[in-house]
Amino acid sequence: MIALSHTAGTPHLASALSCLDLLTTAYYSAMRFDPARTDDPARDRLIFSKGHAIPALYAVLHDIGVISDALLADYNRDGAVLAEQPAPFCAPGVEVATGSLGHGLPIGIGMALSGRIRGDDRRVFVLMSDGECNEGSVWEAAMFAPAQKLDRLCVLIDFNKWQATGRSREVMAIDPFVEKWRAFGWSAHEVDGHDPAAISAILENFPDGSGRPIAIVGHTVKGKGVSFMEDDNNWHYKVPDRDAFLRAWSELGQPEEEALALLEAAQPAGAH
Amino acid sequence: MRNAFADELLKIALEDPKVVMLSGDIGNRLFDKFKEQAPERFFNCGVAEANLIGVAAGLAMDGLRPVAYTIVPFITARCLEQIRVDLCYHNLPVTVVGVGGGLSYASLGGTHHACEDLAMLRCLPEMDVYAPADAMEVRGCLRSALSNDSPAYVRIGKKREPVFHKSVPDCRPGGSVQLKPGADAVLLACGNILPVVMEAAERLASQGIEAAVHSAYGVKPLDDALLTRAFRDYPVVATVEEHTLLGGYGSAVAEWLADRPDPAAARARLLRMGTGDSFLHEAGSQAHARRRFGLTPKAIGERVEQALAQSRDAVGA
Repeated sequence: MIALSHTAGTPHLASALSCLDLLTTAYYSAMRFDPARTDDPARDRLIFSKGHAIPALYAVLHDIGVISDALLADYNRDGAVLAEQPAPFCAPGVEVATGSLGHGLPIGIGMALSGRIRGDDRRVFVLMSDGECNEGSVWEAAMFAPAQKLDRLCVLIDFNKWQATGRSREVMAIDPFVEKWRAFGWSAHEVDGHDPAAISAILENFPDGSGRPIAIVGHTVKGKGVSFMEDDNNWHYKVPDRDAFLRAWSELGQPEEEALALLEAAQPAGAH
Repeated sequence: MRNAFADELLKIALEDPKVVMLSGDIGNRLFDKFKEQAPERFFNCGVAEANLIGVAAGLAMDGLRPVAYTIVPFITARCLEQIRVDLCYHNLPVTVVGVGGGLSYASLGGTHHACEDLAMLRCLPEMDVYAPADAMEVRGCLRSALSNDSPAYVRIGKKREPVFHKSVPDCRPGGSVQLKPGADAVLLACGNILPVVMEAAERLASQGIEAAVHSAYGVKPLDDALLTRAFRDYPVVATVEEHTLLGGYGSAVAEWLADRPDPAAARARLLRMGTGDSFLHEAGSQAHARRRFGLTPKAIGERVEQALAQSRDAVGA
């Protein structure tokens, strides 16, 4: 993701880093999602609703072999399939073209209702950000899902305490955040959003037998994993230059030759 | 029209198990039979239209055929961005049905007047737009919308409008139906204003002017063949709609006309009639609101006569 952000010149890196543990836990230990059968009608679906951070999903789908090296290498180039925010049906696993906030949860409800109508046992995950919960459509959906007893629906909230230009707790009165979801009729959980074991412990019990949808509020750190990006909201928009990229790369314990090779390969893009 | 909508929708739903009905908490008792016969495919989504459209999108992404229904301003302007992104950007087969088109709900005030919807929906990529004129056209347009794979908007009136067709016309995107022949002028009525336009044509006939009347239910795409003939064969083409002149059917026809490659083959004078660029700040019935906007048989007839006289003068000069 850091390489993508640097080579393609795209922002929102810190937003992608904060949600990564929630995302990987869903894909690697909870979801029924066969990379060889991405069109299985009964597959578990994950809607990546905070579309500005989509490189996180591209990276995961690349890691599990759904997105090819070639497709990823073309990220954000003129005419490429994978854009800075995803186009409709651009790649398997990218279920929805997000980018406008507050759209994922209503669509997820539709997919969950469809599963009920069709009688399959799919589950639907919707990954959202705390800033996204400013949108009224989120709360329209938050009231509707429990009314329909959609216990096969789960929202994963990347609660990194920042939105684009301010502290999310100050811009809007989102607290008490977990209690809000509970009051709306959800089985609400609070968890360290960077603790895969804790997240998957909740997901092991999904649906949880209560008849309610599940909300997992994950406490996260914006820019997680790179010391100089952590909790620094400038990295919402900032694009790492060559030096920042190499520093981040080395902090993550990756060999420098690989970084240099990536830079070499990315030269023709000239996207920034 | 709304009873015809509910009745036809149930028929289609019983033929096609993919059809799902989403209501924005309106139509008390209107969907009782649907709820009885296909309860698993009826959802009252509450007064939450943004969510309603998103839910419809999620269902359609999965191959179902949702119909999203509430009053025009709330199923269009209120959730326009959801329609644009969820339905149009993804090009999903969702049929958005707005009840109370134009001035149908005049007495409910400006919040319920619906004179900008065609403009807003027409400019969205992938979207087909229908404005049926009577209960039979509602049935035909609904069938057409649900049989196509793109998003569609069907703008209907309210209840107890006059019915002009004896049977359900075979509707298609960009279609129209002739209601009355005539050689002197052609009136293109868009949507629920048709009864007024028919009366205007009768008035004109009583003065020796035979005006053809077409119900132009296809707002997007337009009926290219109809417009080609109209502008070739008549001196005056009049569009009439319960919609602002900014961006509605008349605007669409004007755009069509402006883009003709051969102006000589389109010599008719275009006369556009609709609501004004203003809100109506007073109480009153649909008939009253129509009078305030000059949408009466008399006013329409007079404008057509005047235009005909001008075009005769122009030819004479």
